Amino acid sequence: MRRFPKYVNAGRALMARIGVFICHCGENIGRTVDCPAAAAEAAKLPGVVLSLDYKYMCSDPGQQMINKAIAEKLLTGAVVAACSPRMHERTFRSAAAQAGLNPYLLEMANVREHCSWVHSERAAATAKANDLIRVMVEKVRRNKALFPIRVPVEPTALVVGGGIAGIQAALDIAAGGGKVVLVERSPSIGGHMARLSETFPTLDCSQCILTPRMVEAASHPDIRLMTYSEVEAVEGFVGSFEVTVRRKARYVDPEKCTGCGDCFNKCPLKKIPSEFDAGLGSRRAIYVPFPQAVPNKPVIDAANCTMLTKGKCGLCAKVCARGAIDYKDQDRLEKVKAGAVVLAAGFELWDHSAYGEYGGGRLKDVIDGFAFERLASASGPTGGEIRRPSDGSEPKTVVFIQCCGSRDDKKGKGYCSKICCMYTAKHAMLYRHKVHDGRAVVFYMDVRAAGKGYEEFVRRAIEADGAEYVRGRVSRVYRRRDGKLVVKGADTLVGRPMTVEADLVVLADAMVPRRGAEKLAQLFGVGCDTDGFYSEAHPKLRPVETAAAGVFLAGACQAPKDIPDSVAQASAAAAKALGLFAKPELEREPVIARVNKNLCVHCRACINACPYGAAKDFEIKDRAGKLLRVVAEVNEGLCQGCGTCAAVCRSNSVDLDGFSDEQVCAQIAALE
Amino acid sequence: MTFEPRITAFVCNWCTYAGADLTGTSRLSYAPNIRIVKLPCTGRIDPLFVLKAFEGGADAVLISGCHPGDCHYASGNYHARRRWSLFRKLLAFTGIDENRVFFSWVSAAEGQKFANLVNKVTEQVRAAGPFGERNLARRRL
Repeated sequence: MRRFPKYVNAGRALMARIGVFICHCGENIGRTVDCPAAAAEAAKLPGVVLSLDYKYMCSDPGQQMINKAIAEKLLTGAVVAACSPRMHERTFRSAAAQAGLNPYLLEMANVREHCSWVHSERAAATAKANDLIRVMVEKVRRNKALFPIRVPVEPTALVVGGGIAGIQAALDIAAGGGKVVLVERSPSIGGHMARLSETFPTLDCSQCILTPRMVEAASHPDIRLMTYSEVEAVEGFVGSFEVTVRRKARYVDPEKCTGCGDCFNKCPLKKIPSEFDAGLGSRRAIYVPFPQAVPNKPVIDAANCTMLTKGKCGLCAKVCARGAIDYKDQDRLEKVKAGAVVLAAGFELWDHSAYGEYGGGRLKDVIDGFAFERLASASGPTGGEIRRPSDGSEPKTVVFIQCCGSRDDKKGKGYCSKICCMYTAKHAMLYRHKVHDGRAVVFYMDVRAAGKGYEEFVRRAIEADGAEYVRGRVSRVYRRRDGKLVVKGADTLVGRPMTVEADLVVLADAMVPRRGAEKLAQLFGVGCDTDGFYSEAHPKLRPVETAAAGVFLAGACQAPKDIPDSVAQASAAAAKALGLFAKPELEREPVIARVNKNLCVHCRACINACPYGAAKDFEIKDRAGKLLRVVAEVNEGLCQGCGTCAAVCRSNSVDLDGFSDEQVCAQIAALE
Repeated sequence: MTFEPRITAFVCNWCTYAGADLTGTSRLSYAPNIRIVKLPCTGRIDPLFVLKAFEGGADAVLISGCHPGDCHYASGNYHARRRWSLFRKLLAFTGIDENRVFFSWVSAAEGQKFANLVNKVTEQVRAAGPFGERNLARRRL
């Protein structure tokens, strides 16, 4: 069994010169704890050369008192008995550093939150304060000077996701002097915003405001686009991530391709449903997702192309004057170095087939919001005319059902998807602008239009454009034999059941995280909430950071957001990344684990236990390069200092700086 | 004089320590029998620390950290939980009553829960009596 002598390193203990500073915190501590008595008690402790109490230690005179003591008494350590270290540890440590004492030689005894504020009896509280001070003195006697770990920073940001959030983050980082690698899964950047017809609350055309940004991102000298690519693996840590990106086979050499379009005009496979058009339009097997795609270079859909599946056709290669088609193209893996990461993985719509009462996804004329956007878009499959998917006729009554999947924790999602109230009002408005004799009925639970110009926009849809708003849930939608959709619901404001015969039903599906988002989060060590949205480091004070240092969030991958919110968060994430790049080196807390390589027996317990992959094999070789022994080693850049490795080590060769076995055992022993 | 138990608590820095801070900031009160030793994570707790605490005269040990899934270090509390399920067998072997080791999750938002926990532990240990008199394992480990 391991042994921990009660007084480890007596020599060092004898030489210790520790100052104890006890704060009254006005009356907060002094009322319950007898501070002068505690100071007198502390003065008797071994190694303590000075023990003082003062009204407010954190005040300027209080800090100067500590500084003076450090300089005059040549302190080797200090204990400040005051509030919680979470409150003022930084204050006192920087005061110590100013006076020339290594900041990690100062510790705080929490005699306020853990003592005076929770106990009322003076004798018991003072006794406890004495104990807490004694424990900390014993710890400080064994503290080592620690020095912040310096990590060089690679001034490149990896932005994952090429929607509006990713594009905005990339542009802002590049404008601030950083370099950007923008990784996008689909063949073009633009994301969902490129699919929208108009945007609320101003009804400006989505593509008109987005495409200039897309082009700017593509042509910026400091932004490198990696479209049709996915993050495969992540190594490294803040300041120097090394990310492996899978460049999926495009089968079209983007260097040679001019984007002339001969290939996809000739491709005989014409009936593949277009993902971009929400399945309402079709595309070829070699395609660009939409005419304004960036880069405007086609890719071949390997699952549908007959040349790739059956070896027959080859028409596109024949018509390509530049010889850009390469059927033998393979996925490639490419490594990218980055100092910071912005995750902008985006969202998708919840699959409403779980709602059997709305047709379970089987009714052709029950569509989701994106399908309606494509119908309303001038570049959409109908050229901007609202047409029923089933027979192509103009719908004379359209029912919009809000909260489809949102605010329903039984079958759907418990949260409010935030944007649906607004886009439904927009849809109703656009429909009424295009079909003047049409009827737009909106079933809603509550209209949540909080945002600049939002409430006015909804009022405009109701008052100026005549959308009929009905407060109530729809219980059932079914198709009658003549093709009409019968929508049965209730108007809860008048308390009557209600039936609408509709030609088209548009469901405002909940926003959910993009498929694969969770895997991406795991690669970067980012947490997800119960709904799969990425967790920020603090819901209020650190809304764009994550628990993983150097990884920031932008857009709807964190929570449902509209375009202005996504853009704002993207700019915030860019500012955070640029903040990292502002210094050539990064300083990190030096509380990390270390392996004594002489003792390590390479049982790999620490390597298996480390949640960060910081503990790794290390090969000890002789000068000739012959392998002598394999041991464990901790990467200081990756280690976050949890100490799990130290607790699982069987040979007592791993220890944690700042919380070493020696320190903790001395603290425990001091409680006797 | 009535018996006042001594309880040593090993808590993580991110959840329970902050939770105990919240108890203070909320001015809730609890029994003054507990002494907190702060560690970065419950994953850092070497079983030896617990034995050392008993050796040093503690009547009970409380271990508390982040709720499962909330660990600041992703999985440290799971390691602690797994270790504890093995460690209780070792406790039985050493003759320490496993009811003297308490394990609880307290988040940074659960100030009231921390106060209740300390009071409950103190009451139970007060009822059980001092560690040394009832337990033969009082001899030096």
